[in-house]
Formats: sequence, C-alpha cells, structure tokens
Amino acid sequence: MTALEETAVRSAQPVSLERANYGDRVFKLVLTAAAFLIPILLGFLVYELWSGSRLAIDRFGFDFITSSTWDPVAEEFGALPLIFGTLLSSLIALVIAVPLSLGVAIYLTEFAPKAVRQPVAFLIGLLAAIPSVVYGLWGIFVLIPVLRTTAFPLLRDALGFLPLFQGAIYGPSMLAAGIILAIMIMPYVMSVSREVLLAVPNTQREAALALGATRWEAVITAVVPYARSGLGGAVILGLGRALGETMAVTMVIGNRHEVAASLFAPGYTMAAAIANEFSEAVGDLHLSALAFVAFVLFLVTVLVNAGARLLIWRVARGSGAGSSAL
Amino acid sequence: MNRRILRRVLSNFMVGLMIGAVVVALIPLFFILLNLVLKGAGSLSMEFFTRTPAPAGETGGGVVHALVGTLLIVGTASLIGLPIGVGAGIYCAEYPTSRLTWITRFVADVLNGTPSIVVGVFAWAWIVAQQKHFSALAGSVALALLMIPMVLRTTEEMIKLVPNSLREAALALGYPRWRTSLSVVIRTTLPGIMTGALLAIARIAGETAPLLFTALGSQYLSFDLDQPMAALPLTVFTYATGPYEEWHRYAWAAALVLIIVVFVLSLGARLAVRRRFAING
Repeated sequence: MTALEETAVRSAQPVSLERANYGDRVFKLVLTAAAFLIPILLGFLVYELWSGSRLAIDRFGFDFITSSTWDPVAEEFGALPLIFGTLLSSLIALVIAVPLSLGVAIYLTEFAPKAVRQPVAFLIGLLAAIPSVVYGLWGIFVLIPVLRTTAFPLLRDALGFLPLFQGAIYGPSMLAAGIILAIMIMPYVMSVSREVLLAVPNTQREAALALGATRWEAVITAVVPYARSGLGGAVILGLGRALGETMAVTMVIGNRHEVAASLFAPGYTMAAAIANEFSEAVGDLHLSALAFVAFVLFLVTVLVNAGARLLIWRVARGSGAGSSAL
Repeated sequence: MNRRILRRVLSNFMVGLMIGAVVVALIPLFFILLNLVLKGAGSLSMEFFTRTPAPAGETGGGVVHALVGTLLIVGTASLIGLPIGVGAGIYCAEYPTSRLTWITRFVADVLNGTPSIVVGVFAWAWIVAQQKHFSALAGSVALALLMIPMVLRTTEEMIKLVPNSLREAALALGYPRWRTSLSVVIRTTLPGIMTGALLAIARIAGETAPLLFTALGSQYLSFDLDQPMAALPLTVFTYATGPYEEWHRYAWAAALVLIIVVFVLSLGARLAVRRRFAING
C-alpha cells in the first residue's frame, strides 16, 4: 500500500455517517437547551415579580399608581411620587443629553477629521464603562456641592420666575439626579446615533452637496431626515436606560416620597425606592408593594425598549447595512 | 452673493456648536477620573489591600473582604452565565431560521433592557425568599442573568462574521456539522467571543443594585457562597452614604480600585481582539 493510499483509507474511517449524525444530534441538543433556558428564565422572572406583588395588587389595585401616600407603619402604599420622579428625572436627562449626544454623533460621522473620530468615540464610550455607584459617589461629593453653591443659585436668579426653579436649595434634588442621568445615558445615545448615521448611504450626502448645499445643509436636509426614526430609537433607548438607573440616582436625588413642582426639591424614583427600602422592609405588604413597583418598572422599560428596537430596525433594514449596535 | 456667505457662516457656526458639544461631553469624564485619582490614590496602601475593615469610626483597615467577595461573586456568575450565553449565542448563529432563535433573540433584547434592580428583586424572590437568608449565590445568579444577553449577542455577531466558505470547506472535507462548528467556526471566532465575555464581566463587576438584597454585603472576610458577602461596589455605596469622614476616604479609594478593574477588563478585551472583530459600545 502506498503512502497515498494509506492516508486515503485512514481519513475515510472517521466519516461514518451514523457517528456523525449522533454527534450532530448531541451538539444541537446542548445548544437548544441553552437557547431554550433564556425564554424560560424570562417567564420565571415575570412570574416571580407577579406573584411577589400579588398581595399589593389585591389590596390597592389601580389606586397604587394614583395615590401618593407611602406609609409603611400604617401599611398604606401609593407609588405616584415614585412614578412621577422616575419620569421627571429621565425627562431632564433627555433634555440635557439628547442635543449633546446628537451633536457629538453628527460631528463625529459627518465633520470630524478622520484622526479624531475613533479617539473621541472611545473616550465617550469610557463614560459607559464607569459603574453607576461611582457616578453616585462623584455626584455626592463633587457635583452636588458645585450645584448647591454655584449652579442652582445662578439658575434661581436667572429663571426664578418659573415654578420649576423656585424654593429652597438643598443640593440632593430632582435636577441633580437628572444631570447625573444625562451624563450616564449620553454614551448610549451617542453610540447608537452614530451607528444609525453611519448606515445612511453616501448617495444621500452626495446628492445634497451636488445641488449646492453647504455641508451643514446636506446633513440637516438629507442625512438626518433619512436617519430620523433610527435617531428616535437611539433617544428612546437612552430613555429606557434612564428609567431603570438605580444607584447613582439613589445617591443624589434626596429620597423623599413627594411630588414637588421645583426641580431643586428632593424626590424619589421607582428604582431608588426599591434599592433603599427592600432589604429593610419588614411587613409582607411593604415588600409586596416594592415588588409591585419593580413589576411596573419592568413593564415600562420593556415597552420603551421594544419601541426603540422597532424604530432602529426600520433604518437598518432600509439601508441594508448591518450594524453591530442594532 | 450675500446669501451664500450667510449660509456658509451658518454651516460653520453649527460645526462650532457641535465641537462645543464634544467638549462639554468630555468634561464629566475628565473630572470623574481626576477626582477619583486625587481623592482615592492617597488612601491606597498595602493595608488597604490586605486587611478587613476597622470598626466604624476607627482609622485603619482595608477592603480585602470586598475584593475577595467581588472575585467570588463575579467568578460564580461567569461560571453560570458564560456557558448559557455562549451556547445560546452559537445556537442563534448556527440555526438562524429556527423559531426558537427568533424567540431567544427577542427575549435577550428584553432582558438586556431590564433594569438591574428588577433582576435583583427577581433573584431575591427566587432564592433569598425561599432560603430565608441572604446569600452571595443569589447575587451571582442575578449577575449571571444580566450577563447572559450581552454574551449571547456578541457571540452571535462574532460567529456571523465567519465567511461561509470556511464552513463549506470544512463540510466538503467530510467534517460533520458539530465538528465544523467547534473546530472551524468557533475556533476562528474565539478571540471575539472572549472579548464579549470580558466586556460582560467588566459590566457586571461594577453592578451594585442587584447585590443590595441578595449578597447584602458584610464586614468580614468570607468564602461561603451560601452566606452574605461583601463586594467592591457595595462597599463604595455603604462608605459613600455613611456618616464618617474616614469612610468617605475609603469610598473614593475603593471606587478607584473598582474603576481600574473595570477599565483594565474592558480595555484588555478591546485590545486583545483583532481589528476586524472590533465591536462598539
């Protein structure tokens, strides 16, 4: 037998079809188990949240969302201040973060010199890697003192005629939470917006420039409208982040169950209330009320994120350009 | 003529505004890192890394209990989360037409957007409430649940980058499907998958909220996963919100250590990987 024949015989041996099929079946079974586990875990999560909050659902029902009493001693719970605080702090964060992130994203994709793009995107990406609790620490000891002594008094002097900027200045406040949240969601909004803008075909830009538009006009008339729904998705994705953010907000918002008109007043959010009260709650009803808050928070973030995904998908599908962020 | 100049001025003005936005966006990063180094570096010492905390109000002591705790909790979470995440990711990439793939991908997106505190409540209800005591293991489960969707997505994306010709070549040589997947496709993407895993570990290492009422935190050095355990982020939180000046110093130092750990993990992940596998976010 020549060497060549020997090799041919030896390599032919392992290719027994039966054994190959057996291996394939085991391989697929293991992977299917892993993939199957994930929907099961989610189902489990929903079930546990629901069964944990059933006591509070039975007791308060829909009133839970409209009442603003939160009294663990009298066992009266209403989550209105929490929901209000979550929405307001996230809204402040969006008002600050969206123009900044879109500005940075547009600059980096359309105007910046090539050498600047990667480094700046990388640095802003670093903001996303900083743990929430570190933002909180920085908020307590650096941001809040600056806000209390300088920024808030200035704001009150300038815009004090609005109810939003009236009242006593403590430091920990709704506005402080909004500012911290803005810093935290900016890298997410920026990076998704950048992906969306990069997916806009070059022909859009070239067409506008060929018609005599300046570079800014090309961006605002041909690029941004094309990417509109994707940019909307990026903003809503940022909103989803802000709604569920916990530690940093807990540390700077002041933690008071109250609906106040002034942004200088302390407030509370759903996530912060769970973080602060859960391990110290003694009564079953108190625990159940907090689980109910978690359930509501979960449902809200699922809706918000689903909306964002839908919007981003539309741009990605339209351009046909796959992108890792989508 | 005049109008043209006006339009060009507007264009330049808007570009100026955007450069301003870049500067404003980078200011917080600069100050956070600066403050961490200025306020934290002074408290780093041999004692800080080797001793457990001194009783409240006294000086001295360290955070070795939290370092060990983070290592154990995150390590256990990775042992649970990585196999599931990578396995499910391979499934989604290898069987893209299956209905299970569609469902799993969708559910992973939902989980990815779920606030970490909600995952903490789930781990509490599932494990702590049943066992009737806090445990590090419950914290690990919560963190594992947070890392699964991240790992799944990166694994899937990485495998999709493998050219089909590689797969076809292996199959044409008579490799069965599973060997094609394992020794050709996955071997090619291994650096990418590991990057995803490291990034996910970096993310969960800094998580505090899911540990608040699972691992709970502790003042003592402990190796028992069935008991409450300290973790670096929990220590930062406790010390930062505590009343003592000494605690605040330790909070800054612990935060500096935490951020170094997180940055080294995520930078290492990005650098280790070759350019064509570069991922964003």
